[in-house]
Amino acid sequence: MMVTYLDFERPIAELEKKVEELKHTTSTRNVDIRSETKKIETKIKKMQKDIYTTLTPLQRVQLSRHASRPYTLDYIENIFTDFQELCGDRKYNNDPAIVGGLARLGNETVMIVGNQKGRTTTEKLHRNFGMAHPEGYRKAHRLYELAERFKKPIITFIDTPGAYPGISSEERGIAEAIATNLQRMIELKVPVIAVVIGEGGSGGALALGVSNRVLMLEYSTYSVISPEACSSILFRDASKSDYAAEVLKVTSKDMLKFGIVDEIVPEPEGGAHKDHKVAGKLLKKALAKNLEELKKYSIAELLENRYDKFRKIGSFKQS
Amino acid sequence: MFWIKRERRKFNSAGKAKSTIPEGSWKKCPTCNQIIFSEEIQRNLMVCPKCEHHFRINATERMELIVDEGTFVESYAELETDDPLNFKDIKKYKDRLKKLKEEKNKYSAIIVGEGKINNRRAKLGFFEFSFMGGSMGSVVGEKIASIVEDAIEDSIGVVIFSSSGGARMQEGIFSLMQMAKTSAALSKLKKCGLPFISVLTDPTTGGVTASFAMLGDIIVAEPCALICFAGPRVIEQTIRQTLPDGFQRAEYLLEHGMIDMIVHRNKLKETISKLLNMLKN
Repeated sequence: MMVTYLDFERPIAELEKKVEELKHTTSTRNVDIRSETKKIETKIKKMQKDIYTTLTPLQRVQLSRHASRPYTLDYIENIFTDFQELCGDRKYNNDPAIVGGLARLGNETVMIVGNQKGRTTTEKLHRNFGMAHPEGYRKAHRLYELAERFKKPIITFIDTPGAYPGISSEERGIAEAIATNLQRMIELKVPVIAVVIGEGGSGGALALGVSNRVLMLEYSTYSVISPEACSSILFRDASKSDYAAEVLKVTSKDMLKFGIVDEIVPEPEGGAHKDHKVAGKLLKKALAKNLEELKKYSIAELLENRYDKFRKIGSFKQS
Repeated sequence: MFWIKRERRKFNSAGKAKSTIPEGSWKKCPTCNQIIFSEEIQRNLMVCPKCEHHFRINATERMELIVDEGTFVESYAELETDDPLNFKDIKKYKDRLKKLKEEKNKYSAIIVGEGKINNRRAKLGFFEFSFMGGSMGSVVGEKIASIVEDAIEDSIGVVIFSSSGGARMQEGIFSLMQMAKTSAALSKLKKCGLPFISVLTDPTTGGVTASFAMLGDIIVAEPCALICFAGPRVIEQTIRQTLPDGFQRAEYLLEHGMIDMIVHRNKLKETISKLLNMLKN
């Protein structure tokens, strides 16, 4: 996999390169520079900590879209076993921007549905940059109902800039497809857990997000609109996205504070992209714990809990 | 070449024509470009008498058009918009709200309540596009969810007239979550076998379309209303293509199977009343 770096990651990347070089020299020339490497590694750790504790909201947005960040299929590989992908909406097409299927989490069979982005250019085009068409949401809908019929808990992974804004999407009824999913998810007679793993972009993200528990990865974001679009609409100037990211309040900490998510899942040092395996392990732990808790509830309780959770979200005054 | 010799017409300095006709007496129809006497348009329910263009009307006008006279009782008027993000773009969100309240006496992007349509009770919602583009924030979401729950309590149907730019950006994630909230409430209504008629008027877009507005048991639209998820400008910017004629207009949606019918404003009350009567249990 090609490693890419964001601007603020560059100083760390340079030091990491140096360590690699030193290690290479050690192995080829048989000289001992372990103390030197160790020194740099401590420096990297400190620098990483400094950089990551002072990230601006826009840098966090960039991190949530990091090209090396694990995507849904990466988490599936690192967390579940026996994944069997299920395809198609049975109405029109199979949308590669949303993947789903049956898998096992420990001994439990679950249904997985998630937005899927691509890493290489070809893959990105194939996955339409993670922006689903109506058929993607209709596939999700089909899988939700399948899970309900066979009493399998549902786990969704959210990672999309938004639903696809284009002619093909509109003419096949993207609004209806999203709306129907929002309503259907509230009614599902099984436990539902949603995890925001990267970009939680607008209605296209929420159509996978109506659940009993909403988890959010530390460096992921959740927003009604992308900071870039917000900036060009409200300021008529796309260069204000830094400020827009700040005022929109999109980080995992904000979401926890607002009561939108239930739990923040920690990421490996430097972000999930630094170590997909560790990121998977941390998420697996959180998923297993939440699923265990949800299994204690009756169907009626699960439905009531989900309804109340979304019914009470809002901020207003009564005069 | 007579036009060369023609004397130039003299305009007075301020560019204002000396006229005894009060300002706003005439209106230009954006569809047929005809200049029409405003009163004539008003008499015609704000529809162009020449080309049937439906002008946007506000929540009160819409309510008067649909509800039997004197039967509408507003509810949840005490809910006022909050500013959970302390949001500021060019202006502070708080200042925008204050201005709307003080200068225009407007408190919310929707009026909800109960009224009678040809003697049949229903819970009703009328969007006010002039309040922040009719966008859905916490108050709009709460009002819709509340009247839907009230409808279940009273065992009556719900009719909502949408006119909205979508989710309210100034309320960030809270506005997004109203999509889930309103859809959830409608799920309960559906289970009780009570009808929800969604009327889409110009424009119905974004998060409103992608939630309760497209969840109508029956979806009615006004002629030529813009109805979409992503607006035409957003699409043009993303795909850099010119959009086909009539794209995302009510007629286009009807053709693509997304709505049940297009109804002229002068038949709207009659149609809704008929549908409510036919769907009653």
